[in-house]
Amino acid sequence: MKLQRKNRLRATALGALAVSGALVLTACGSDNNSGGDSGGSGGGQTKAASNVKCDGAKGQLRASGSSAQKNAMDLWVKEYMAACSGVEINYNSSSSGEGIVAFNQGTVGFAGSDSALKPEEVADSKKICKSGQGINLPMVGGPIAIGFHLDGVDSLTLDAPTLAKIFDTKIKKWNDPAIAKLNPDAKLPDKAIQPFHRSEDSGTTQNLGKYLSAAAPADWKYEAEKKWPAPGGQGATASSGVATQVKQVDGSIGYFELSYATSQQITTVDINTGGAAPVKASSENASKAIAAAKVKGTGKDLALDLDYTTKAEGAYPLVLVTYEVVCDTGNKADTLGTVKSFLTYTASADGQKLLTEAGYAPIPEAINAKVRETVAGLS
Amino acid sequence: MASTTQIETPPAPPGGRSRPRSTGRAGDRIFLGLSRGSGILLLVIMASIAVFLTYRAAIAISKDEGNFFTTFDWNPAGDPPVFGIAILLFGTVVSSIIAMVIAVPIAVGIALFISHYAPRKLAGPIAYVIDLLAAVPSIVYGIWGALVLVPYLEGLNLWLDQFFGWTYIFEKTEIGVARSLFTVGILLAIMILPIVTSVSREVFLQVPRMNEEAALALGATRWEVIRLSVLPFGRSGVISASMLGLGRALGETMAVATVLSPNFLISLHVLNPGGGTFAQNIAAKFGEADAFGRDALIASGLVLFVLTLLVNGAARLIIARRKEYSGANA
Repeated sequence: MKLQRKNRLRATALGALAVSGALVLTACGSDNNSGGDSGGSGGGQTKAASNVKCDGAKGQLRASGSSAQKNAMDLWVKEYMAACSGVEINYNSSSSGEGIVAFNQGTVGFAGSDSALKPEEVADSKKICKSGQGINLPMVGGPIAIGFHLDGVDSLTLDAPTLAKIFDTKIKKWNDPAIAKLNPDAKLPDKAIQPFHRSEDSGTTQNLGKYLSAAAPADWKYEAEKKWPAPGGQGATASSGVATQVKQVDGSIGYFELSYATSQQITTVDINTGGAAPVKASSENASKAIAAAKVKGTGKDLALDLDYTTKAEGAYPLVLVTYEVVCDTGNKADTLGTVKSFLTYTASADGQKLLTEAGYAPIPEAINAKVRETVAGLS
Repeated sequence: MASTTQIETPPAPPGGRSRPRSTGRAGDRIFLGLSRGSGILLLVIMASIAVFLTYRAAIAISKDEGNFFTTFDWNPAGDPPVFGIAILLFGTVVSSIIAMVIAVPIAVGIALFISHYAPRKLAGPIAYVIDLLAAVPSIVYGIWGALVLVPYLEGLNLWLDQFFGWTYIFEKTEIGVARSLFTVGILLAIMILPIVTSVSREVFLQVPRMNEEAALALGATRWEVIRLSVLPFGRSGVISASMLGLGRALGETMAVATVLSPNFLISLHVLNPGGGTFAQNIAAKFGEADAFGRDALIASGLVLFVLTLLVNGAARLIIARRKEYSGANA
């Protein structure tokens, strides 16, 4: 009995220790997330956001969707809320799918999405946009970087067919003739290639799939879906997970947004598009590729048809564009003012300039002008 | 932790209806009502979970173009939707078996050491340190597993492949880091260690002194005492402890999702990267799933629910057959 009581006392003490230990450990866990957005928060916030027009903006605006544009949204929301007092914007960066579902349930003012609305989603949106329908406004562009880790090799050039074969595990060794032909100067080791992909469904995977099936149709026969289609390779959770694995494993290759490569100092692949010189993954080069895109949406919809096979000088073809989804007419009256004012800011020259600082690519001026025009006409 | 010793059902009252009657006082009746109410509430909650899961699962399965039990794919968003649980069931069972094979002997060893070998001053701290493992959130195990365990296991994998490759199971046929079911099994073993250890320890501590002293008086050594009186007495307790641990291993989510490299192939080569478990698949697919995709995931959750029920049922059967040794009867 006496022993038990003593034990219980000790148990309480150690229980307290356990709790504090767990707290310390969880604190460590959450540190892990800060890597992603550290790239952007450099210069943005110190500038005075004088060009933000707050006309008609009031109250609270909820939005949700793509996590690919999270870092951009964070910067925009911060700048915007600093300029317009009394307005609160909440962007919940869950995922494109969830964003569109929330939009079609009428719970958010706008949604962020990595891919344009599907026909059935447009049909759904007509219930929310009473007199109109949901439209896509291209707002954030970005390069998808192909990161690799190969001791002794500092730069690597690949083209779409080779990339397709590597991710399809058809090319298994780093010293494969196809890679050697593109990199005559590199000393490629006789090492197995370990391709990493996203283990959960992801818009990034889908965009890589779109690129590969457009630029290397003979070698990439899978449909561009959010789920990783090829049987080989290894999966890791989220862009940060893939980046961590590539950083850790010698002989690995993987894909993620450029900011992850920058923040973890991962070397990225230059893409040989068939143009004059191989193209580096950078915001500027991605913008050049997006400039080659055509608007495929009808009416006010500005969904883009990206030209993945562009050979333009310095255009990095592996890009993704994320959209903001709004109603062309029939937006909710109480959030319409805020949506218009906020999207006017994000599409403005100032708003788009912030993107480069966060590792994204601005939308080219020609398309951006149409976005501004459409935003001004929202009702 | 002390309350976990009561996992056995109390011995059934002899002669069925002869439960002690209520005295009829207010406090007695309120307590009776409260406890009966909680019992009924529990049943209602379990039943509604089952009904909800079955209803949503039925919606999903009715639209599944593949065979829900044999399809090696998970693509409810596809056209046509095709998904099946074969891989998930296999991965869940295999990783849990690996975890049990590693964890149970170690846990029993630790429990015996704490209860019968260690000096009192050492036994307490060791027990608490083991219990502390239960306080670490599973995502921390996941991150630790991905950053530390996986790189370190590569050596062990190569060694197992070289010397035990002939067993087929330990043959590594695919290149890749150790993001495999084997690694997940090791991680799960660490995670279920505290519960198995602490329940076993409590059971071993309840072995009647008389039994042990009698064995000692007959000239048995310490090991013989353990073999002749402690282990038989504690067997059903250890089995129920293991089943509790197994329940955790079956349902573990975040750690598995972080460490495993999921793919939709079945391979008994446990060192190859790949595989998948129910909980990991739900965590990975839930974010981007549409309404139908979620129903499909719920259908897979229902299978996990049934699997867990079966495991617990089996454990109860084993315990019921060895009632004479049950710790609760002592």
